[in-house]
Amino acid sequence: MYEKKCILWTTIGRKILLALSGLALFFFLIFHLLGNLTLFMKNPDIFNQYARTLENMGILLYIAEGILILTFLVHIVDAILVTLENRKARSMPYYKEADAGKPSHKSLASKTMIYTGILVLIFMILHIKMFKFASSPACCGSKERNLYLIVSQAFTDPTIVAGYCLALIVLGFHLRHAFFSAFQSLGISHPRYTPYLDKLGIFLAVLIAGGFLSIPIWFFIR
Amino acid sequence: MIYDTIPEGTPLNGKVPGGPIEKKWQNHKASIKLVSPANKKKYTVLVVGSGLAGASAAASLGEMGYNVKVFCIHDSPRRAHSIAAQGGINAAKNYQNDNDSVWRLFSDTVKGGDFRAREGNVYRLAELSMAIIDQCVAQGVPFAREYGGFLANRSFGGALVSRTFYARGQTGQQLLLGAYGSMMRQVNTGKVQILPKREMLDLVVSEGKAKGIVVRNLETGQIESHSGHAVIVATGGYSNLYFLSTNAKNSNASAIWRCHRRGAYFANPCFAQIHPTCIPVHGDYQSKLTLMSESLRNDGRVWVPKAKDDKRAPNEIPEEERDYFLERRYPTYGNLVPRDVASRNAKMVCDEGRGVGDTKRAVYLDLSDSMKKFGLKYIEEQYGNLFEMYQRITGEDPYSVPVMKIYPALHYTMGGLWVDYNLMSNIPGLFVLGEANFSDHGANRLGASALMQGLCDGYFVIPYTIGDYLAQTGAGKLSVEGTEFKQAEQEIQESIQKLVGKKGKKTVLELHRELGLLMWNQVGMGRNQNSLRTALDTIPQLQKEYQENLIVSGDANHWNKDLECALRLWDYMELAELLSLDALHRAESCGGHFREESQTEEGEALRQDEKFQYVAAWEYQGQGKTPVLHKEPLEFEYIKPIKRSYK
Amino acid sequence: MKNCNFKILVWRQKGPQEAGKMVPYTVHDISPDMSFLEMMDILNEDIIKKGEDPIAIDSDCREGICGTCGLIIQGIAHGTRQKTCTCQIYMRDFKDGETITVEPFRSSAFPIIKDLVVNRSSMDRIIAKGGYVSNNIGGAPDANAMPVSKEIAELSLDASSCIGCGACVASCPNSSAALFTGAKISQYAYLPQGAPDRKKRVLEMVEQMDKEGFGNCSNHGECEAVCPQGIKILHIAKMRREFVKAALL
Repeated sequence: MYEKKCILWTTIGRKILLALSGLALFFFLIFHLLGNLTLFMKNPDIFNQYARTLENMGILLYIAEGILILTFLVHIVDAILVTLENRKARSMPYYKEADAGKPSHKSLASKTMIYTGILVLIFMILHIKMFKFASSPACCGSKERNLYLIVSQAFTDPTIVAGYCLALIVLGFHLRHAFFSAFQSLGISHPRYTPYLDKLGIFLAVLIAGGFLSIPIWFFIR
Repeated sequence: MIYDTIPEGTPLNGKVPGGPIEKKWQNHKASIKLVSPANKKKYTVLVVGSGLAGASAAASLGEMGYNVKVFCIHDSPRRAHSIAAQGGINAAKNYQNDNDSVWRLFSDTVKGGDFRAREGNVYRLAELSMAIIDQCVAQGVPFAREYGGFLANRSFGGALVSRTFYARGQTGQQLLLGAYGSMMRQVNTGKVQILPKREMLDLVVSEGKAKGIVVRNLETGQIESHSGHAVIVATGGYSNLYFLSTNAKNSNASAIWRCHRRGAYFANPCFAQIHPTCIPVHGDYQSKLTLMSESLRNDGRVWVPKAKDDKRAPNEIPEEERDYFLERRYPTYGNLVPRDVASRNAKMVCDEGRGVGDTKRAVYLDLSDSMKKFGLKYIEEQYGNLFEMYQRITGEDPYSVPVMKIYPALHYTMGGLWVDYNLMSNIPGLFVLGEANFSDHGANRLGASALMQGLCDGYFVIPYTIGDYLAQTGAGKLSVEGTEFKQAEQEIQESIQKLVGKKGKKTVLELHRELGLLMWNQVGMGRNQNSLRTALDTIPQLQKEYQENLIVSGDANHWNKDLECALRLWDYMELAELLSLDALHRAESCGGHFREESQTEEGEALRQDEKFQYVAAWEYQGQGKTPVLHKEPLEFEYIKPIKRSYK
Repeated sequence: MKNCNFKILVWRQKGPQEAGKMVPYTVHDISPDMSFLEMMDILNEDIIKKGEDPIAIDSDCREGICGTCGLIIQGIAHGTRQKTCTCQIYMRDFKDGETITVEPFRSSAFPIIKDLVVNRSSMDRIIAKGGYVSNNIGGAPDANAMPVSKEIAELSLDASSCIGCGACVASCPNSSAALFTGAKISQYAYLPQGAPDRKKRVLEMVEQMDKEGFGNCSNHGECEAVCPQGIKILHIAKMRREFVKAALL
């Protein structure tokens, strides 16, 4: 009788894990964006209220953050493993390499997933440092952290805004291949519906990246 | 070689069992010996070739418990040329309720072969054809189906019933992948071992029995000996002798020729099939010819201009200035006459100077009428892939002007090593399957019958008959240390040493082209005494050229295609001589062999049954020496010889 | 069309262990009706006549079905024309004077034997693990005893039309054999004949594929674009579904 090996130690299993963790992060991004859109409200308290509610969730927040960090770690470690294996699978590069064109999905986005991923990771660390662990400017006196103020002040700095724009475009690129790829990795494919899924991926990538982009730009030009 | 007097040896016996034809195989199976399951593992069988016949034999024998070594010239067994068969596979299933039967397939095959095949073998083939389809379907071969889920059939090659099973234009591929899969399953169990990139260069015969082979590892150049209790050769046909054929580049005659040199009789070498619908030759550099499925003739009309040297484009030639020569000469069958008739007529009109295209060696196959009648959609559905292929190769778009240029090309060889009813050659222990043997198609093979024969031999004949041989000889100890092995190895080493680094002027390819052209012109579609004598007189000159003026590059210890081809070329040259001699001695026209001296007043092939109703099996006597002819008389107890007529 | 000249840049490598490099050659007076391999034949004839070592190149049927030939031409597996094998590329597709690069199919699972010839036996070893229905020959029921719908038969044939050339592996940025393996698994997964051993098949074939050192499939889908038979990556998805079902259930 044949053996059933652990699914994770196969190329297919690893891609499934990458897809699942990726999709989870994708949903996190959507929630993150929806929350952040409250920044556009006239009354800054709405955003601050939203931020404070999250911060005051106590143990629940730590659990949520723990899960999030774990998901990130799984996604990152898995991606690095996969990339290393892929490098090993072609030790000698081609002298000349060209694209065969449609129906291929190969694009700049698909070829640079590991790089865009690393850039997003670096950005994320800076982003967390900048907002999560920043305290309110001294002038305001309140005990509670005024995150709205931190955000709106940060986004008056052209370097920060430019950095954010760049990072979010990179994120968009990452998502552009990620969405379609995740479904394919999970074996969700159908000749009739998959082409729409591919288009939906582009649409969502633009929507998410564009949504996040709108925030620093809006604060900057306001 | 002296070719006017041919020494005659003892007549051969095909060992077809007695009894009524329907019972022959059954009775035979009941009478032959078996090897017990416990003993099967003590035997090793060597299988050379991994096409339909070889792979199916290896899979069957492995499953039964024999140890099998498969030698394959390619990097993978899946590349064997069976893969290129397009049309389909015949079976007397009568699924279409159109009055097909084993008897009808049997009778069609005997008649189609122009009464030059053994009745007993052909009946067995027809009988086993049904089991082949069952087997392939069980293996997961995705044959074409009806919406209801049953298998679809089509009529093929002018047959009056629809008995051909197919999988798009890739039937050969699908069947081969089925057999290859079964064989790979045995690789997984360890019963079958595959040795890829090995070319058989000699058969080792010891104490009158086939005991092993010597091969060259094409990757490393190493000469290896392998011994077995029986040797199965399934290396296909020898059409590539003509250089330009529809065969693959690696298909060659060396394995069977070297068996012949070790004493195996070569039967009916002059029976070669020429396929009428190939894409014509377009330049001196051409490396091979491509076949387009014969099904094109179902809807296409074949014609040439009435006038010689008509330079107009086909659509500019008015109807009344066209000669639809097949329809004119054969009102009943028209464009659907058998392959040999269609080919010969194309040659005839080209010889008259009415050929078309740059080379003037082509005729038009015109689908305009069908396009008008049935519409573009129908043509696209039926022939889309063929049109695409034609466009890719010629750069002309058949959709805009649906007139293609076609010309006959060498396609299949009915001749091959002589075998008896058990598929064993005259050397005990040497079995020959598939196209490599001569057995079932007589002088002409019907469309969709090659795949049938290959699988029949491998799946359902050899597993039985080899047991009979092995049970009688016993499982002796295997060794490659014997003098016969050493001597064969040494001879090969010497012949390679002689070739490597040869610094003449002529490349192997050039000389092969010369041989091919000579054979095509003198021993091609139409043969006569003069042309055959010319061939027989010219071949020795080419052999001399080979010995004195050949250039062979590279060394013997690496991948060296040039050396491989040089070794094969010599065998082709010797075989070409035998083929011409056989054609010269058979002063009758039958099937694919058309002797211009033997034709009716209307120019049709004329068989001479009273003189030539036999299999001509040749025994090698040494290089340049006239071989000895052994005749196996053919008797037609059930299908009485009649004249073929397609008028 | 007139005859053309080309510069050919070819990968030359003497043996599996030796280092290789791109070497330039020129060919003259090439007819546009010539096939790419015929042009290479002519180049080799030139080389042979000069007494040098000809370029090792493998081909067999030269009609696009055996899968023997397989080159990277101008950076693309089987050249720029889609759904076409190397042997069916014709010189009319190239411009006069063009430099044409020719490289072998590269993958760690396809070691180079010499020049443009690679060893693809890793694909045979994948098939050996389950590219078949696990039944012995003989004893098959009547072919029509198990009806199979036309659509299913066609889908299965789409998958089994694979010629095993390895272009999917060669073109994949990761050298993944997912399309090759997926097509074979998919062929049998569609058919009722393949049902009894479907779990064993997918688990063992995937395990072997991984052992051979092919990369992961990152869903670039370049394989589909270079496949001479146009086999779709939906068969890769099908393989993954089969795999999950077999591994977890």
